Amino acid sequence: MTNGWTDVANADVILVMGGNPAENHPVGFRFVMEARLKRKAKLVCVDPRFTRTAAVADLYVPIRSGTDIAFLGGLIHRAVSTGKYQADYVRQHTNAGFLIQEGFGFADGHFTGWNAEKKSYDKSTWQYELGPDGFAKVDPSLEHPRCVFQLMRQHYARYTAEKVSDICGCTVAEFERAADEILVAHAANKSGTVLYALGWTQHSHAVQLIHAAAMVQLLMGNIGMPGGGVNAQRGHANIQGSTDMGAWNMLPGYLKIPRANLTSLDEYLHANTPKALRPDAMNYWGNTPKFMVSLLKAYYGADATAGNQFGYQWLPKIAEGANHSWAYFFDHMTEGKIDGLISWGMNPVANGPNTKKMLMGLAKLKWMIVAEVFETETAGFWKAKELAEKYYPQAGDAASIQTEVFLLPASCFAEKDGAFVNSSRWLQWKETNLEPPGDAKRDQEIMSRLFLKIRELYEKEGGTAPEPLRMMKWDYATPYAPSLTEVTREVSGRDLSTGKQVSGFGELKDDGSTVSGCWIYSGSYPESGNLMARKGQDDPTGLGLFPNYSWSWPANRRILYNRASLDTAGKPWDETRAPLRWDGLRWKGDVPDYKADAKPSQYGSFVMLPEGVARLFAPELVEGPFPEHYEPAESPVENALHPEVSFNPMAWVIQGAGDQLGVAKDYPYVGISYRLTEHFHYWTKNTAASAQLQSNFFVEVPEALAKEKNIASGDIVRVTSARGKVEGPALVTKRLRPLKISGRTVYHVGLPIHWGFIGRIHGPLINNLTASVYDPNSGTPEYKGFLVNLEKV
Amino acid sequence: MTQTVVKLIDTTLCIGCKACEVACQEWNDQEFTLGTFGGTYQTMPDLAPNFWNLIKFNERETDGGLSWLMSKYQCMHCGDPGCLRACPAPGAIVQAKNGIVDFVSDHCIGCGYCITGCPFDVPRLLPESKKVYKCTLCSDRVAVGLEPACIKSCPTNCLTFGERTEMLRVAETRAGVLKQDGHAQAGVYNPVGVGGTNVLYVLKDASDPAAYGLPADPTIPLSVRLWKGPVKWLGTMLFAGGVLGSFFHYLKFGPKEEEAPEE
Amino acid sequence: MISRREFGLTTAFGFSLASAQAAVRELKISRTTQSRSVCPYCAVGCSVIVHSLGDKARNVRSSVVHIEGDTDSPVNRGTLCSKGISLKQFVNSDRRLTRPLYRAPGAQEWQAISWEQAYEKMARAIKTSRDQGFVEQDAQGRTVNRLENIVMMGGCTDTNEINYLISKFRFGLGLLPYENQSRL
Repeated sequence: MTNGWTDVANADVILVMGGNPAENHPVGFRFVMEARLKRKAKLVCVDPRFTRTAAVADLYVPIRSGTDIAFLGGLIHRAVSTGKYQADYVRQHTNAGFLIQEGFGFADGHFTGWNAEKKSYDKSTWQYELGPDGFAKVDPSLEHPRCVFQLMRQHYARYTAEKVSDICGCTVAEFERAADEILVAHAANKSGTVLYALGWTQHSHAVQLIHAAAMVQLLMGNIGMPGGGVNAQRGHANIQGSTDMGAWNMLPGYLKIPRANLTSLDEYLHANTPKALRPDAMNYWGNTPKFMVSLLKAYYGADATAGNQFGYQWLPKIAEGANHSWAYFFDHMTEGKIDGLISWGMNPVANGPNTKKMLMGLAKLKWMIVAEVFETETAGFWKAKELAEKYYPQAGDAASIQTEVFLLPASCFAEKDGAFVNSSRWLQWKETNLEPPGDAKRDQEIMSRLFLKIRELYEKEGGTAPEPLRMMKWDYATPYAPSLTEVTREVSGRDLSTGKQVSGFGELKDDGSTVSGCWIYSGSYPESGNLMARKGQDDPTGLGLFPNYSWSWPANRRILYNRASLDTAGKPWDETRAPLRWDGLRWKGDVPDYKADAKPSQYGSFVMLPEGVARLFAPELVEGPFPEHYEPAESPVENALHPEVSFNPMAWVIQGAGDQLGVAKDYPYVGISYRLTEHFHYWTKNTAASAQLQSNFFVEVPEALAKEKNIASGDIVRVTSARGKVEGPALVTKRLRPLKISGRTVYHVGLPIHWGFIGRIHGPLINNLTASVYDPNSGTPEYKGFLVNLEKV
Repeated sequence: MTQTVVKLIDTTLCIGCKACEVACQEWNDQEFTLGTFGGTYQTMPDLAPNFWNLIKFNERETDGGLSWLMSKYQCMHCGDPGCLRACPAPGAIVQAKNGIVDFVSDHCIGCGYCITGCPFDVPRLLPESKKVYKCTLCSDRVAVGLEPACIKSCPTNCLTFGERTEMLRVAETRAGVLKQDGHAQAGVYNPVGVGGTNVLYVLKDASDPAAYGLPADPTIPLSVRLWKGPVKWLGTMLFAGGVLGSFFHYLKFGPKEEEAPEE
Repeated sequence: MISRREFGLTTAFGFSLASAQAAVRELKISRTTQSRSVCPYCAVGCSVIVHSLGDKARNVRSSVVHIEGDTDSPVNRGTLCSKGISLKQFVNSDRRLTRPLYRAPGAQEWQAISWEQAYEKMARAIKTSRDQGFVEQDAQGRTVNRLENIVMMGGCTDTNEINYLISKFRFGLGLLPYENQSRL
C-alpha cells in the first residue's frame, strides 16, 4: 500500500476492484465502513462476482474477468476527454509534459519496436527525448504532440464507454455511473482510494493493470494524499516483508542480484545507480552504492573490504537472459534439471498453477526439505495418487517416486518473536511466551543448524566453492539459534566506527563503515531500542498516521509520496487533509517523502525517481509504456481492439511437460478462483473453526447456466479445463451475472480454493485447472480468467 | 443500580464475515463440527446446541437490483422472555437485572418447554446431555466489565454494546441517518410483544423484518402465557416427577426472576 | 507483556454490568499470562493477545487457552475476523507436526527420524547437489558463483528476521531459483 489501512477512512471514494476486502481483509474493511459512516464516502465495487464487498457497496458493476484494463482505460479516456482530472497536479507531479522520442506509437496491438521473430520489443522509441544537457525535455503546457499527456490522450481515445461495455460486459450506463463516482476525486479537495489484491495481480497483464490504476490515481491527484493511493491488500501476514527481503532476482531492499556481465562492484553500481533525468530530481536511488555496500558488509563482515569489492564476488551472478522464477524453475524441475527443493512454509502443490505439473516436478527431485506447521500436499505429494487419484490420475504410485522427503516440525507465529510487515508497511514486533509443541523447533534454529551443518561438512571434507559459504557471516551470540533481536539489529544497521545502531538509511555509507541488512528497514532498531514494538496511541495529524505505533518503512513514513499532497509551492491541495506542512524551515506532520529541510520548490516531488515526478508513461515495463487491454491467454472472445494480438504478446506462456492451453469451443466458460472469508489459503483446512464454517468445496454456477444445464444447488458438477478437472456440489446463484460480450453471453464459473487432499477437510485443488501462464513483469500466474467446461455428473 | 445492557445490530454494516459466530463458540468453548453443503454461504442451516449465533444469507432480486442480506440470528434477551415463562425447572433460566436471559445447565431438566415458549425459535436441545443451550450474552464477560465475545470481534461496528437507553438513542439516530439517505422505511426493531428486546436491530426496511429473518410481531404463545401462574406449577408437578426437590425450591423461592447483587 | 490490571482497564465499561453471579461461570482468562502477537493470516496485521496458562516456571509447559484482539492496535482495535478469533485452533491444532518425519525413496509411509539424523542427511543431500551443480565460472570465464539446481521457497508466513536469514542461507549457498509466494 502506498497509504495504509487506517488511512482508508480518509477517502471520499473507494474503488474496490481486483480485491474483495469484506471477505479477504474483513478487519481492514472496517476503514471502508468508517469512511462511509463518517465522510459519506461512496464504495464502488467492480468484480465479476457479486461478493460480500458488493453486497454493501453503493454501486456494484460486474465485469468479465481479465478486462480491468479496458475499464480503467475507459476511466482515463473519460477523465481526459471531459476535463475531470486534477490539471495542476498532473502538470506539477507527473511526467505528463515529458517529450517522447520521435517514432513512438501503437498500432494493431503492438507498440513500436515489436520484433515478431524474437517476440520482444526494441524499446528505443519508448524513451524520453533528452536535451543537450542530458535532461529530459518537458513541455509544461502539455500541448506538444509528443508529450506524454497527448500520447496518453491519443492512446485511450479508443476506450469509449461503448467499447468498455463491449469488452467488459457491464452496460454503458453502469460504466458511466461508476466513472461519475470515481472521477469525483479529481477535485483537489476530494480523495479517492483504490483497494486491490490478487484479483488484479493474477493476470497475464497484471503489472500493466496496476500501472493503469496508478495512472487513474495520478490523474485524480490522489497519490500522496490521505484517503488516496494505490493500495495492495496483501494476502499473507508477511508477504510484504518477505518481498522486501528479496526475490529470485532481488537482494534485500530491492537491490538487484547482479547479472553475469557485471563482473565487478563498480560495474554493478554503475549499471544500477540511476542518473537524474531532470535538474531538480533528487534521484534517491542515486544512493544505491551506500545501500549495497552496507548489505555486503552485513553479509560478509570484516572479510568485506574495499580491496575485495566488499565481497561482491561471493554473491551469485545470474546468467544474462536466465530466469529463475517460479514459472521457469518448475519447468526445469520437470526436465530433471533440479536436484532438490527447500520449502519454508510454502505449499506449491496447492498454490502453483497446473497441479499435475507441480506433482510431476516434485517427483523428479532427488530430495525435498519442508519446514512446516502442518503436513501439506507438498510434503505428502507422493500420496496424491493414493488419496485423490480421481483428480491426479497422472501422479505416480508412491513406490515409483524416488524423492527423499524431510518434513520438519517448525513453529507457528505465537511461538516466535520477530516482525511481520502488514500491507500498510508497518513492521509490527511480536512477543512470545510459548514453546513449539513436542519436538518442533523454532525456524531460526532449524535453518541455522542446517546451515552450520553444511558448512561443517565443507570444512571437514572440502568441496566445490566453499568460500561463498564460509564467508557468509553467521556469527550470532548463539549461532545455532540466533536471537531475532540480534538479527533485526543487523538488519536495521550500525555504524562500525562508533559501534552504535544507525538511526536511518541517511547514515549509511559506501566506504564499508556501516552495516545494514536491508536499507529500507534502516532505523527500525536505532540506539533507543526496538521501534517496531511501540504501542503509542497519539495521532497528532488526526489522519490515522499513528507515528509512534510500530514502525513503518521507509523511515517511519506512513503515506508514500506525501510530498505530492502539496503543490510545488508548498500549499496543500486540501487544507483539511494535509499530511505534511512546510513551516518555512522544516516539514511537519508525516515523515516527509522529501528532504526534511528542503524548500518546497527545491526538488521534484517524487524523490525516488530520476524524473523527480511520477510516471504516467513507464518505459521500464516489458509490454509497453502505456497499459493496453489484452485478453487472458485463454479467453472466450477475441480482443475487440486488435483481434490479431489478442493476449499480452510478452506474457510467459510455458509450454513444457504437462502444459496445454484450451480454446472456447471446448471450454466455453470463464473460470475464476478465489478465497472465501471463512478460510485462509490452504492452512485453515487444518483448523476446526474454519473447517466448520465452510466444510465443503463447491462450485458457484450462474442461475441461467444452471437452468440451461438442468443443474440444481447441491447437484454434483464437474469442471474441466485443458489441464484437469475438479468435482463438487453446485451452488447456483444470481450473484454471477451472465455478461453480454460482443453480442454473446459469457458465463463465469466460481471456484473457491481452500481444499486439498491433506487436512481436516478434503476437496480438489483448484489449480488442477489453471495454466502455466504468467505476467511477464512479476511472474504471477493467471488464476483469474481461464477457460473451463461445466457438466452435471 | 445495575443497568440494562443491549446488543445493537446495525444490519447495514454486516459483511457476513462470521467473526461473531466463531467468537461465540471459541469463548464459550463450544465444539466445532463439520457441516454438510446446504447450497448457501451459511455455516449451518440453523442454530444448534453448540452454535448460538448464526449469520443468515439471503439472496434477493428486487427492482433495485440484486441484494444479499446478511443477518445475525441469536437469542434476543427479551424483556418478557417466553422461555422463562415456560420453564418448569427452578433456576434453569434466569433473567438478570442487567437484562441478560441466561440458561443454567445444572438446573436444566431438558423438557424443551423453553423452545415452545420462545417466539424467536432460539433455544436448542442437545439430546446427549438433555440440556438446552443458547446465547448467554457472555454473562461471564459482562460480569467483569467486558463486552460479549461477538461484539468485541465484529470488525465493521455492525455489533455494538452498551446501556439500553443510550443504545436505543444510538439506534434511533442511525435509523434517522438512513432515512435521510433515502431509506424511508429505516427503523429500529425492538418488538413490544415480548416486552422489548435487549438485542436491537437497525433495519434499512423496518416494514419488512421477515426479509432479515425476524418475525414481524413476535408474541409469547398463548399456551405459554396460560402456563404462567397456578397452572404452571401444576404442570411442573405433572412433568417433574424426579425433580421434586426443584419443585420445592420453586415453592420456597418463588418466581425465578433473579435479582442481581448490587455492586 | 501487559498486566491483567491493564487489560481490565482497557476494556472496562464506565458503568456497572454485574450479572446474576449464580449463572455466571468463572472468567477463563482471569489467571492467564498474556503476550502480544500479530495474526499470521492475511496482511491486515491485526494484533492479538495470546492468553496462556503457565507462569513460565521451568517445569511448566505453557498452553494457550484463548486468543483475542488487542484493543491497543489502531489497525484492529480489538476486532478480528473468523480466522483470527479462532487462532487458538491453529496453535493447538491436533494436526500440528511435533517430530521430524522422513520419507525414504519409494516409501509409502512417513517414518520418525531424529533431528540429528535429519540434519546429517539433509546437509549431505544439499552438499552433494551443490558440489555437482555449482558454477564458479561461466563459459566466458566470468566469476559467477551460482547454484541453479536447488530451489528454495517460502518466507511469507514468517518474520522479517527469518526472511533475512533465508537470504543469507540462500546466498551462502549461491542459490538463485527462489520464490516467496508473493504471487500465489
